[in-house]
Amino acid sequence: MLKTLLSNDTPRSKILTIVVLVIFLGLALAPFLFPGVRSLDTAARIAIFIVLAASYDLLLGYTGVVSFAHTMFFGMGAYGVGLASLHMGRGFHSIIIGSLAGAALAAAFAFLIALFSLRVRAIFFAMITLAVASAVAVLVSQLSWLTGGEDGFTFKIPRELGPANRMGEFLGVKINGKLLNYYLIFTCSLLLFLLMLRVVNSPFGRVLQAIRENDFRAEAIGYRVVWYRTVATCLSAATAALAGSLFALWLRYVGPDTTLSFTIMLDLLLMVVIGGMGTIWGAAVGATLLVLAQTYLQDLMGSAATATEFLPLLSRLLDPDRWLLWLGVLFILSVYFFPTGIVGRLRGSK
Amino acid sequence: MTSIAPDHKPTFASVPIAERLANALPVLLIPILVVLGFLAIGNPSSWLTLTVSGLAMGMMIFVMASGLTLVFGLMDVINFGHGAFISVGAFVGISVLFGLAEWAGAPSLTLNLIAIFLAVLAAMAVTGLLGWAFERVIVKPVYGAHLKQILVTVGGLIVIEQMIHVIWGPEEIFLTRPEMLKGAITFWGAALEKYRLLAVAIGLALFIAMRLVFRRTKIGLIVRAGVENGEMVEALGYRLRIVFVGVFIAGSALAGLGGVMWGLYEEVITAGMGEEMMILVFIVVIIGGLGSVEGAFIGALLVGLLQNYIAFLEPKLALISNIGLMTAILMWRPQGMMPVVKAK
Amino acid sequence: MSDQASDAILKLQNVHTDIAQYHILHGVDLAVERGAVTMLLGRNGVGKTTTLRTIMGLWTAHTGTIHFDTDNITETPTPARARAGIGFVPEDMGIFTDLTVEENMTLAAASGPLSPQRRDWIFSAFPPLKTFWNSEAGNLSGGQKQMLSIARAMAEERKLYLIDEPTKGLAPAIVSTMAAALKELKNQGASILMVEQNFAVAKAIGDYAAVMDDGKIVWSGTMQELATNAALQEQLMGLSMEAAT
Repeated sequence: MLKTLLSNDTPRSKILTIVVLVIFLGLALAPFLFPGVRSLDTAARIAIFIVLAASYDLLLGYTGVVSFAHTMFFGMGAYGVGLASLHMGRGFHSIIIGSLAGAALAAAFAFLIALFSLRVRAIFFAMITLAVASAVAVLVSQLSWLTGGEDGFTFKIPRELGPANRMGEFLGVKINGKLLNYYLIFTCSLLLFLLMLRVVNSPFGRVLQAIRENDFRAEAIGYRVVWYRTVATCLSAATAALAGSLFALWLRYVGPDTTLSFTIMLDLLLMVVIGGMGTIWGAAVGATLLVLAQTYLQDLMGSAATATEFLPLLSRLLDPDRWLLWLGVLFILSVYFFPTGIVGRLRGSK
Repeated sequence: MTSIAPDHKPTFASVPIAERLANALPVLLIPILVVLGFLAIGNPSSWLTLTVSGLAMGMMIFVMASGLTLVFGLMDVINFGHGAFISVGAFVGISVLFGLAEWAGAPSLTLNLIAIFLAVLAAMAVTGLLGWAFERVIVKPVYGAHLKQILVTVGGLIVIEQMIHVIWGPEEIFLTRPEMLKGAITFWGAALEKYRLLAVAIGLALFIAMRLVFRRTKIGLIVRAGVENGEMVEALGYRLRIVFVGVFIAGSALAGLGGVMWGLYEEVITAGMGEEMMILVFIVVIIGGLGSVEGAFIGALLVGLLQNYIAFLEPKLALISNIGLMTAILMWRPQGMMPVVKAK
Repeated sequence: MSDQASDAILKLQNVHTDIAQYHILHGVDLAVERGAVTMLLGRNGVGKTTTLRTIMGLWTAHTGTIHFDTDNITETPTPARARAGIGFVPEDMGIFTDLTVEENMTLAAASGPLSPQRRDWIFSAFPPLKTFWNSEAGNLSGGQKQMLSIARAMAEERKLYLIDEPTKGLAPAIVSTMAAALKELKNQGASILMVEQNFAVAKAIGDYAAVMDDGKIVWSGTMQELATNAALQEQLMGLSMEAAT
């Protein structure tokens, strides 16, 4: 039963199984284990970014294609929900319609980009996605009448999911709409994650891996490489958009910084590479690690910078704003020395 | 020895006119665009101003893009970190210019140009050196693996960009152009900014110099041959790897030059400017045909001109005009305008 | 064949080469005599081209040794092998189509400008190259490209020429030009290792022959011995050679 749910792609390593179980239980019981606004927020982010990283891994790890437009798709889902809720009134119908529209738009965009670039060379894809994503980001910040520009906009989600919806107490934790919202997001994320697991373990996913290993041979055997890559791109984009919808639902806000920024794109690359490319489990581990690090490690950097104030250069290197510097170094090192990531390591050593 | 091919009449495989026209078409696109721009704008003086500023912009993008496309052509290496050299070049060059404030501020064109020349020299030296280190540390271990190349060079870009923040601080830096390059001259009623004319002159001189090197020197021949068939160049006794490192260094130095030029053009520099420019650079390299210097030159001029014309005609569309241009050209020629013939 | 190695310019011993995960050469032993033409024969796909590319260093032998003249060049990079005096004419000709004929020749003379005597010698062997000296090599016909490819190998004094199927896909008239030029090269005392599918050409030019099958040399001896023994040809190379004769 459980194996079927996981599409027979079990973690295949004792330590990894424990890690995954800890993540799962941690997220499932987060409101009870780690009470507090900040930790619940962190838990929701982890759940959403696991889906986002998993959908990115479908592209990067399973298809061997680098995209820089994944946050654009993420943003499409987020803006879909935001705009629908703003213009169609608060309610579940707006959220559903906004999510579906966002996902459809993302898939259509992905299809067009894939059509132009994958046909020629996979390397075009990386450059073209970068160009398109940045153009869209600029466009979003310019069309302020529609998108709220740089500031973005807040919107109202259904009353049932708001903190004002009090439903009593359980195990000393207040049960309210916010908690309900968390579990809605958790459940959707879990379903999307299982869906990704199913996709990569389907015959379709096997073909993708064959293409990644040797696209000439795959083509020679008779698989239409471009078609498979295009479908994977669309699927990945639509899933990213759905993750974006969940993120908007959680934040009750959309803006370029939370959805479209290049920084998020880098975080995403890092999650997948550090977790382990080509394993959906790796995306889960990578996303969890990175969100946790980002939330709590930056504080640490702040205090380290203050502690080293007498060494100006070191202090500047440790400034929390230089977070990306260390990510970059970590990123290069992991590509060189741990190309299979944490999951690859754990599975390798059993 | 007598000729041993008496019965073999040499014939030249003649090139059909249609094919020759197709080869020349990308070059013709520039005058076509300029004329279309004239027709759409209507006003000759605005048109002239826009054309000069479009050419200036195009030349600067070309300077930044040339190294990238050659590096790709020679070794199939795609360097997403190329933008870092643009930023570093700008910061080094502008810092030197600040140091030479007296010369840059003097009302003497000679002193101004010397100041710029020294700034450019410093920028190119630093970015060239940085390029050499980048090639050794970041690029060399990932030859032949595109996926890793993209990932690792993006990592390199982030690290260098962040180091700029560490060294020069997190804020953007505003600057003014040297004294004699401020303002514009009037020509047939059109205001032409002096600095843009200088940028056009530098870009054009560079392009001509590059062409001469490619056509007239043995190194140039090796590079051109290496782009087409590196293996055969090695089999003739040339160490392509050394040539490649040389091209990488030169390309990085050119990116640094482009950074200084762009900084003086915008009169503000930020650590992220290279990353932003890379988007235009990639568009130019793609529409030109990966690996083709001539293609990049034409592509850069097209991007520069179109963006300036559209910004005047329909400002909102300027943002996506480049994407539109790229789409149109890829529909016409999926490999770009002047794709490089690869032997393998 | 081991005792004939006394004056071999090139000697391969137990050379194994892999391409990606495929094991192509399974222990090639081959000696190429100085000042003679050795023909490398065999059916398609037995490893002839791979052998030449391994000698040139374009593939790496993971086992075995390659001696050129007196040096062990097994680990030597390709450019150094070229500089040591090996001229290479690859199967796909390796012409730089963007460059003119002249530029192709300029590059081929790696250690200095092409001497006028050599240029005239090449022109007399391949007159079309003179006609199209300043044309882009990409516009040449297939036969002319092949001439240029061989001419490039002749641009400098070489100790050894590696020539991969110089008559492949050429019209009969051009094949005879090519054969005449190769004979001329041979008369100058060049050492040549050549892959050839056209048995008539091989017979006309070759002094020695080595036959490959399944990544190994299965027979070697004089060309004459092979040419006069139909049963041996049949046994070694099957019907494909018979048809080409």
